[in-house]
Amino acid sequence: MIEWANTIVQGILTGGLYAMFASGLAIIFGVMRLVNITHGDLIVLAAFIAMVVIETTGFNPFLSLIIVLPIMFVIGYMLQRGILNYTLGDDLLPPLLVTFGLSIVIQNVLLEVFSADSQRLKAGAIETSSIQLVDGLSIGIFPLITLVTAIAMIVGLQQLFNLTRLGRAFRATSDDATTAQLMGINHRHIFGLAMGLALGLVAIAGVLMAVRSNFDPSIGPTKLLYAFEAVIIGGLGSLWGTLVGGIILGVAQNIGAKIDPGWQILAGHIAFLIVLVFKPNGLFPRTRDD
Amino acid sequence: MTDYSENTNVTSYKVVRSTPASRIGSVIGFILFIILVSLPNWGDRATIRLFVEIFYILSLAQMWNLLAGYGGLVSVGQQAFIGLGGYMLFIITINFGFGAIWAIPLSGIICAFISLPIAFLVFRLRGHYFAIGTWVVAEVFLLGFAQIPSLGGGSGKSLPIAIVKAISDTRAGRDAAIYWTALFVVVSTIAIVYLLLRSRHGLALTAIRDSEEASNSLGVDNFKAKLLVYIFAAFGTAAIGALIFLTKLRISPSAAFDINWTTTVIFIVVIGGIGTIEGPILGTIIYFLLREPLSDFGTWYLILLGATAVIVMLKAPQGIWGIITHRFDLRFFPVQRRLHLKLDE
Repeated sequence: MIEWANTIVQGILTGGLYAMFASGLAIIFGVMRLVNITHGDLIVLAAFIAMVVIETTGFNPFLSLIIVLPIMFVIGYMLQRGILNYTLGDDLLPPLLVTFGLSIVIQNVLLEVFSADSQRLKAGAIETSSIQLVDGLSIGIFPLITLVTAIAMIVGLQQLFNLTRLGRAFRATSDDATTAQLMGINHRHIFGLAMGLALGLVAIAGVLMAVRSNFDPSIGPTKLLYAFEAVIIGGLGSLWGTLVGGIILGVAQNIGAKIDPGWQILAGHIAFLIVLVFKPNGLFPRTRDD
Repeated sequence: MTDYSENTNVTSYKVVRSTPASRIGSVIGFILFIILVSLPNWGDRATIRLFVEIFYILSLAQMWNLLAGYGGLVSVGQQAFIGLGGYMLFIITINFGFGAIWAIPLSGIICAFISLPIAFLVFRLRGHYFAIGTWVVAEVFLLGFAQIPSLGGGSGKSLPIAIVKAISDTRAGRDAAIYWTALFVVVSTIAIVYLLLRSRHGLALTAIRDSEEASNSLGVDNFKAKLLVYIFAAFGTAAIGALIFLTKLRISPSAAFDINWTTTVIFIVVIGGIGTIEGPILGTIIYFLLREPLSDFGTWYLILLGATAVIVMLKAPQGIWGIITHRFDLRFFPVQRRLHLKLDE
């Protein structure tokens, strides 16, 4: 019994990381109506940038974020203004195929620069320390930090979207870019800021992921699928939904892994497909979008 | 500009579908076909195998183009059907004793049935989300087939030598039989896509692609038309998958359900020209011409292809063939109708 409780608790903690992957994707979905197929590869890119920063400065992974986060923000802003803004419109093909092409380019550039070797960021004792709740059930400090960060991120985003001028500009542009323009909003700039913000979240997610598990240039697509599944399970347009989606995915994967190690990722995908059959709009749909 | 004012009467009209290029093209195409049919009689083994690969990649490209370029169903998970088709070939030849060549269309038919419940799932996701949903399904098959011990699990399975020998006793005979099968697959794929697009259904598909609302208001059943395209693409892609793994003689989940199949095909179609039949042909030719000299630079070749696809999509979304038709009005596979009026002044 305690074993299963442990499985579920660990799953919830893993879910925090997936929610973090998903919230960046949800913002890009939400503001630009764009599905970013490179999302997973950008997470991996952030992890590699952090690796380089740590190697040159000797910072610990958390501290490296003061450099990695602005870098990712700038990459996001330039990516949106330089490339992705030109793909927006009624046609589905350009944004999908451009981000798909970019995904392959990023993967192979990372492969060329850093080789296919598996990497990991070292954060010291915090990686392995844990709090024991009861006998057989303990919570790792680091996974807990990840989950708390994910929750803080979502609270912060909610505040940003609901209370600030920038958030209002995001929502207005998302609802109707043309009318927002008439009100004096430069939607291209706003889209750039939204992508920068999303990649800022990606930077945090990438660094936390890289401390928790090994990474190499090829793992991006898997992370994209997790992020996507968490968004769809949670329901489009709901940030808290992405947290629930991430947690459901994490719990499903942990239960799958407990039954048979080969079933870990498969169980997550199956949970997603089950939600798709019974609740095609996700568990907490807020906006309907196509 | 002709004056179509009230006092001119249209005495007769005809709808013209062929173009000068299509008439010349059909002659050239026929000559090319004869040369290709005779290839096993004069080509060496490496050439035969290269052409088999060209044929199946081109067939896959035509299928994806039908799905995405005409049906508006941008799937990045067609490797699901390549892998399923491949595994189906192994299952029905090994367990049910079918001949390997006949197992190819049969695999396609079985997978067309399997595609129905898959369509039920992925059609719940629209537009962009559909693309990633199909990818999840392909991953489910990849991970799922690795869990089936009778199919060799994660390490895969080889096609027993007896089944291979049943095609022909000699190696040259087998190579020729597989080559002609591949040629038949590519010619029939192009022919079927061409005829389909010239039919009523093709017109409906193009209408949906251009505007879902407008085509719906004109009486097109969008859902049914898209479903039919999806099932047909599943049939074709799976049959091609069966052919691919007959040439490879060995299958494993990671090779069968590899996203790289779809990546290659997307790059070919986008660079060549999406939404035309000529585009994927041109794209395939470019892909193989560049691959031979650049094969030593594995990752750089992919970076180059990816960057080219991005630039094409941004600067010339109709691809290289689109640029050509824009300049020269050249159409080898005309699917559109042109009205020629004879006016009585």
